[in-house]
Amino acid sequence: MPYLWLLTLFLIPFVIVFKIALSDAALAIPPYMPTMKDGLSAMLSQLDFENFVFLTEDDLYWKAYLSSLKIAFISTVLTLLLGYPIAYAMARAPHEWRATLMMLIILPFWTSFLIRVYAWVGILSTEGLLNRFLFWIGAISEPLMILNTSTAVYIGIVYTYIPFMILPIYAALERLDASLIEAAEDLGCSRVKAFWLITIPLSKGGIIAGCFLVFIPALGEFVIPSLLGGSGTLMIGKVLFEEFFSNRDWPVASAVAVILLIILIIPIILFQRNEQRQQEAEG
Amino acid sequence: MVETVFEPWSDPNADPLISFKNVTKFFGDFVAIDDLTLDIFEREFFALLGPSGCGKTTMMRMLAGFENPTSGSMSLSGHDIAGIPPNKRAVNMMFQSYALFPHLSVWENIAFGLRRDGVAKDVLHTRVEEMLKLTRLEKFGRRKPHQISGGQRQRVALARSLAKAPKLLLLDEPLGALDKKLRQETQFELMDIQEQTGTTFVIVTHDQEEAMTVASRVAVMDEGRIIQVATPEKIYEGPNSVYVADFIGDVNILTGPVKAVGADTYLLDFDGMEPMTAASDRTFAEGATAHLAIRPEKIGIHVERPEGPNSVQGKVLDIAYLGNLSTYHVQLPNGQIIKAQTANTRRVSRRAFTWEDPVWVSWSATAGVLLDR
Repeated sequence: MPYLWLLTLFLIPFVIVFKIALSDAALAIPPYMPTMKDGLSAMLSQLDFENFVFLTEDDLYWKAYLSSLKIAFISTVLTLLLGYPIAYAMARAPHEWRATLMMLIILPFWTSFLIRVYAWVGILSTEGLLNRFLFWIGAISEPLMILNTSTAVYIGIVYTYIPFMILPIYAALERLDASLIEAAEDLGCSRVKAFWLITIPLSKGGIIAGCFLVFIPALGEFVIPSLLGGSGTLMIGKVLFEEFFSNRDWPVASAVAVILLIILIIPIILFQRNEQRQQEAEG
Repeated sequence: MVETVFEPWSDPNADPLISFKNVTKFFGDFVAIDDLTLDIFEREFFALLGPSGCGKTTMMRMLAGFENPTSGSMSLSGHDIAGIPPNKRAVNMMFQSYALFPHLSVWENIAFGLRRDGVAKDVLHTRVEEMLKLTRLEKFGRRKPHQISGGQRQRVALARSLAKAPKLLLLDEPLGALDKKLRQETQFELMDIQEQTGTTFVIVTHDQEEAMTVASRVAVMDEGRIIQVATPEKIYEGPNSVYVADFIGDVNILTGPVKAVGADTYLLDFDGMEPMTAASDRTFAEGATAHLAIRPEKIGIHVERPEGPNSVQGKVLDIAYLGNLSTYHVQLPNGQIIKAQTANTRRVSRRAFTWEDPVWVSWSATAGVLLDR
């Protein structure tokens, strides 16, 4: 049964995208050839890896991939650094508060993601709320240029994906038996040492899950870099969008998507394996 | 050969290992420990016994350093320990949940405390192996806690808390999670280990049988106060209050006014029945209300009226056959039920009485304890 789902929701679309990646662009509807109308054997014989070769020739693409990897990696680290203390505080909060805190973490999802990212434009622009506030308290005399820089992209990604970091870490920390920390202290650990030796290792599963849940979507992110990053930020999601809608070169866009998928499959497999090991350890 | 009995508590010159002086602990408005003074001596196996919420766990957590007294002083080998954090005390604790580190092997769990002290590698290795041997866990060193049984986990917890050779080992309901048979075996194991290592043990338990079995002295607590501290035998045979008599084992309580007849002997007037004779060290004023506490096994049950004092007639209401013992519930004319116990020393014997039979229950003047509260 789960394989049926995989087949219809993942494998068939992938085969279609892969087939388009092997086709050539054409002024037609759909904008590529050959299609099934040419007959199956004729179609198969005309497919080639031209588009993938093209991706290696133009340095725009591998720069975009590298830049995406870098941005996704740095934002994952930032999200972890910011999310862990929040998750920790939530897990340590009195019982009756926890449901409310959890609610507050999930609350932003009730508003459209697009609207929330647009709101950041209003906050970060040169005449935006942040600059006006800093101006008002006298911290700056010149407006800060944040919008349309990579800083804005980081802010956007961290803001958007932090719940995905907090929730698995919180789940791991909440399960943590407080007497383990007391036992560690009793056996000679300072508070800080007990945190490093007990809390961190025992929340490792949550940390890894959170990192993947942030890293994977951040890598292919399109909305945030295009709304907050301006033209200066190169990310593969944006390149993909432009190939599809501005260039209308579906085959090249599909090739970009296939490569992106292959890059993503590596962390996804690692993630799966981590989950499995986690389950075995708890078994 | 004269063997010296181990009872440092009756030696006025002995220095206590732990000394509580007027310790009080509040949680908000709640008094967890109420003006408590207590000495515990080296090599003792000391049991804190009481119902849940009596303050026994709070006392243990204060010894471990997880709580600090609101007022009063606490000392360990003569040094005040209030305010010293748990990681700086020569005290280790075995947690009720065992609190074994799930990500570390049994070996690493036991080595954990030694590693924190920066013990040299070979010393550490020897010590861990020694602990594994002491708790018969040699084969399980490389397993993770979830790969061993409950009884083995209990022993790992014990080995881990003993590894640093603490001056004082605290055991919080150490056998609570084990089934009855294993619990009884482990009680003796604990006593052996305590004797072998010479460590002072303080055990918290709500199981009176467990406390009586393992401890050299038992403190019965209620509502943040210690009601009585004594050896298991004294606690059982000479309780100082109805609360202690009732908490430890089974007891019959007869209440009524007393009057003195001769030295240390009183007559208790119980509901218009023939007055009961009871010997007592305590003195009671004429007509004061007293409670006579008698253990069921000290009450005889007969068909004919026996010779001697304290015989009451009643009828058998219930018989509980426990295998080694039989307990008879005998209802007196005024409705009070007296429990009498007989040992079933013969395998095949006819029971002399059955339900609804009129019987006589009797006890000697020294069988019971006369209590004022």
